[in-house]
Amino acid sequence: MNIQAQAPVLIIIIPLLASLINILIGTWRRDLCYPFALIVLGSCLLLAFNIMDTVINTGTIHYRIGGWAPPWGIEYVIDHLNAFIAVIVTSMSFIVSVYSRRSIEKELRASKIPYFYTLYILLTTGLLGITVTGDVFNIYVFLEITSLAGYALIAIGDEKAPMASFNYVVMGTIGACFYLLGVGYLYIMTGSLNIADLQRLLPDLYGSTVILVAFAFFLIGVSIKIAFFPLHTWLPDAYTHAPSAVSAVVASTMTKVGAYVMIRITFTVFEPRFSSEIIPMTSILGWSSVLAIISGSVLALAQTDFKRTLSYILIAEVGYIVIGLSVGNRAGFTGSVLHILNDAFMVACLFMVAGAVVYKKGSRNIDAFTGLNKRMPFTMAAFGIAAISMIGVPPTAGFFSKWYLVLGTIEAGQWVFASALLFSSLINAVIFVRILEKVYFNGENVSIPQSRDEVPLSMLFPVIFMGAGILVLGLYSGDIISSVIQHTVPKGF
Amino acid sequence: MIKDFDNIIIKTVCRILTPFLQIFAFYVIAHGHYSPGGGFQGGCILGASFILLVIAHDINTVKKRMSEKLNTFLCSIGVMIYAGIGLLCLMLGANYLDYGILHTILPVDAVKARAMGTLGIEIGVGLTVMSVMVSIFLNIASGGKHEEGAPE
Repeated sequence: MNIQAQAPVLIIIIPLLASLINILIGTWRRDLCYPFALIVLGSCLLLAFNIMDTVINTGTIHYRIGGWAPPWGIEYVIDHLNAFIAVIVTSMSFIVSVYSRRSIEKELRASKIPYFYTLYILLTTGLLGITVTGDVFNIYVFLEITSLAGYALIAIGDEKAPMASFNYVVMGTIGACFYLLGVGYLYIMTGSLNIADLQRLLPDLYGSTVILVAFAFFLIGVSIKIAFFPLHTWLPDAYTHAPSAVSAVVASTMTKVGAYVMIRITFTVFEPRFSSEIIPMTSILGWSSVLAIISGSVLALAQTDFKRTLSYILIAEVGYIVIGLSVGNRAGFTGSVLHILNDAFMVACLFMVAGAVVYKKGSRNIDAFTGLNKRMPFTMAAFGIAAISMIGVPPTAGFFSKWYLVLGTIEAGQWVFASALLFSSLINAVIFVRILEKVYFNGENVSIPQSRDEVPLSMLFPVIFMGAGILVLGLYSGDIISSVIQHTVPKGF
Repeated sequence: MIKDFDNIIIKTVCRILTPFLQIFAFYVIAHGHYSPGGGFQGGCILGASFILLVIAHDINTVKKRMSEKLNTFLCSIGVMIYAGIGLLCLMLGANYLDYGILHTILPVDAVKARAMGTLGIEIGVGLTVMSVMVSIFLNIASGGKHEEGAPE
């Protein structure tokens, strides 16, 4: 067996099998689930880096499932974009899984732990499946695996979680139906499900109404999955009431992979020419993103619950990613893809900080942060870095992706888009400076004596790693763009 | 909650019907790659036979024959058979799920090996579908409490 050649499929089979073995391990020894999950997700991370390396050195990978040739069989295609997303997904799920142990012990009943890790690995399987496949129907299948695992993971949170998860089930299912209808329409018109084949067959049919409807269904379906305004209503409740570790992994990966599907549909299955000239995508997606950014930021400002604030910020961040795609130029696209990476790090870091505060103070309220710089100096340092990155202060990662996004909107002559981005940065500044002030300058008002009381190492280390990662990503963003992201920009930009 | 009640007609009919249902389910699974049917359909019929028992008797009668642990076990074993056969192909040097390569370890030619591989996978699918169906039914019928056991 040649691992190098089989890596595209191994990255899915290993976690798929492992999630099932994990159930069996869980019925035997509950405490083995955590190390087992770590080993599995760690090997996925190594495989993802291996794939990334192969793609950078030798170009796009094609893999035939069952040996069947592409338009008939399922083909896995990995180019720079896929490999990039796969690395993000595996690193997020690995780092959050390291973090999860103590946090989950505190928040869940012990009998649920094996199921937690089973679902967690299954979620990763689904996300990786969406990432590596080159087949629109296969994307749907993995989208459902991801969503089902996600629903269950969210539902094991606090007492309001089942209701939040139920709302998500309803919305998510509608989204999946729209996506499936889109796939069905394309299949009726072309007789093919393979992305490369569709790309070849579709240009002759661009005049057809059925194709337009299919495109609209795809966009609506994916928009629900990534909580794109105004289809975001399920997200704040679901991410607030989920267990902290789940919020961190789901927020940092699911919307990102959804954004990846959106990129694939709008720029690979359909040519950029179709998305920008035949239908007015810039105006539709662009103006919706402006609404998403502004309303997400303003609603975030109105919250007192820290996880809820983050959820609304996430909605605004989804707007950021889509706005870069909608302007249809090189800078905007680069900004979007870079922001997928940066946002994953920032959001995961912030949600893990939220989890750490819940672990120590038992509260998600922003007031719980008061005077924490003495009690949890390292966690708060990571929080500070993530916060200024969210605001967009150089040299943190958030600055660079926002820079490219603003550049893209100005290049397209869309000044309203650019001002929405800047407005949102201002609001983020207000939100985070308000919290940072509580953390660093309100310590004297707290009557209880403050001594060092950090979270356990297994939780602290991932948080610090993410905080440092945000700085490193910022410093090396030029290299990331030149070695990976510039190859993902579709032809015609 | 489904209670055990004494009705000789229902109980006798179910007792006679269940083995036939299950044999028919195996037929549908085993014959899936030649005729309509297959793992999913066969698994549904197999699951239905257990559900019939729950309806005619009660949940505990079925749980004596098919415990919650066994059900979970079969559920994951089924998927593992599927993925395991795919992995076996991979280890023998072909692509994932390329059953043709199985002829190197089975005493048959490549075409027959492909059919055998499909059969193996149908069996895996059947097991999983059956246990998931039973598990969904028991969960809903007992209001999610069947881990605690006895109906009130």
